[in-house]
Amino acid sequence: MTQPQANRYGLGLRKPHYQHFLDEQVPVDFVEVISENFMVDGGRPRDILRRVRECYPVALHGVSLSVGSADGLDPAYLARLKRLVDDVDPLFVSDHLCWTRIEGFQSHDLLPLPYTREALDCVCANVAAAQDHLGRTMLIENPSSYMSFAASEMTEWAFLDALCARTGCELLLDINNIFVSAANHGFDPIAYLDGIPAARVRQIHLAGHSKGDQLLIDTHDQPVPQGVWALYAHARARLGPVATMIERDDDIPPLADLLAELDIARACGARESIAA
Amino acid sequence: MSLLALQRDLRDWLRHDAGQAAARLGGETMPGLIVYQNNYRAQLMECLASACPQLRLWIGDEAFFAAAATHIDAAPPSDWTLDAYPAGFPATLAHIHADSPEIADLAWLEIALADAFVAADHAPLPPAALADLTWDDTVFLLSPALRLRDLGSNAPAIWSALSAGEEPPPAASLRQGEALLVWRSDFTACFRTIDALEASTLAAIAAGQPFGAVCAGLVAAAGEERGVALAGDMLGRWLRDGVIAGVRQAVGPGAAA
Repeated sequence: MTQPQANRYGLGLRKPHYQHFLDEQVPVDFVEVISENFMVDGGRPRDILRRVRECYPVALHGVSLSVGSADGLDPAYLARLKRLVDDVDPLFVSDHLCWTRIEGFQSHDLLPLPYTREALDCVCANVAAAQDHLGRTMLIENPSSYMSFAASEMTEWAFLDALCARTGCELLLDINNIFVSAANHGFDPIAYLDGIPAARVRQIHLAGHSKGDQLLIDTHDQPVPQGVWALYAHARARLGPVATMIERDDDIPPLADLLAELDIARACGARESIAA
Repeated sequence: MSLLALQRDLRDWLRHDAGQAAARLGGETMPGLIVYQNNYRAQLMECLASACPQLRLWIGDEAFFAAAATHIDAAPPSDWTLDAYPAGFPATLAHIHADSPEIADLAWLEIALADAFVAADHAPLPPAALADLTWDDTVFLLSPALRLRDLGSNAPAIWSALSAGEEPPPAASLRQGEALLVWRSDFTACFRTIDALEASTLAAIAAGQPFGAVCAGLVAAAGEERGVALAGDMLGRWLRDGVIAGVRQAVGPGAAA
């Protein structure tokens, strides 16, 4: 099971910062790693994760579980993930509301789902199977998306609400993804935040994005922008204690810059705690 | 449209730029479809470029990305890890550049080094593990990081020069039977060129032959005195390098062939 709710502040563990985390006590409450980067047999990556885990709680964040695949989960992937989970004893295990694989084809991208009853049945079955296999509750993250489907029968937040209710899974709420998808699809991000099941949110991601030709693109290569901070403040007022993390995957700045961003999140959380 | 049909259509769009599949997904989705298709191809290009940086230097960006595009069209990813995707790239390169064997060899070397880097760990074999062995019946277990390839070129010398920022030698063919050995020592991936006899000896060990049979093969190939000396030299080097991960005693009739 996941840990009790608490205000925690963490960073994604990325290669340029490995040595900092190994050599000094970085002021974070946890780190998050991309699961697949460590689902290897051995070598330096596993050694680094073992040593980091000795000093910090670790959250495992996956990108290839593919809970939306119409042809089910990949048993080989699940077995690898299970071994990593058993080795790390992570704070959270998460992946995305998306599909990445179908009939042996791997897109290696987080592809969008239609929010239909059929898709909900499929995702519920896959999330339940993953949780059974791993022996723990998973966190499912709302994705950024660049297209929606006319066939959708419900909103993304209603889909997530139903998923949590039917499987007992919890949520990793990515505030930047809400911002990006709201801009791309024209929905109200506040309605999204007000519509998700607040008690199920265990972790928050904060990140930056870029402006494409017609769409916002979830690039994780920039500081958290003002609009995302404003949404975060609204989320914190509604959610109460929750773990928050800055997610930066490209153009990675010095660790001090990310810690400064994390301090903004801390200050926001402290304000909401006082207000509550 | 069922979820499965939708996912097949999106797959076909990503892989083949399939207009009919895109139309079934809805005309209003085109800007998003273009983003996903760009992401798909850009990620695979980046994957191959990251896996083979010295090859890219050797053949230049234009030839490299043309070969990568051919590979992406011919071989869509099927493994859950993107790290597995470059594995088939040397075969594509061998097909495209059949007259330049160093190109596929360079790719193989870079990919094998990356594979070895994350191969399963094994503890160094302590000298005491060799103390009471019946040598003829001893089967040596090779490191999970070990990779072996028949070598047709001087790709290792080219790779070393490019990695050091030096002028690489011109491409050259090698004598028949030479091979490229990749392994990991502690956390460092290593490689060296080996001759045909060492390659066949390692292949025999990989096949589970007891050391007695391995030595008999070396004696048959190199004569009594030199064959025995070679067996000792090779074994000593493999132990020092960490190529040997363990030992076991062969069991059953004919164990000491």
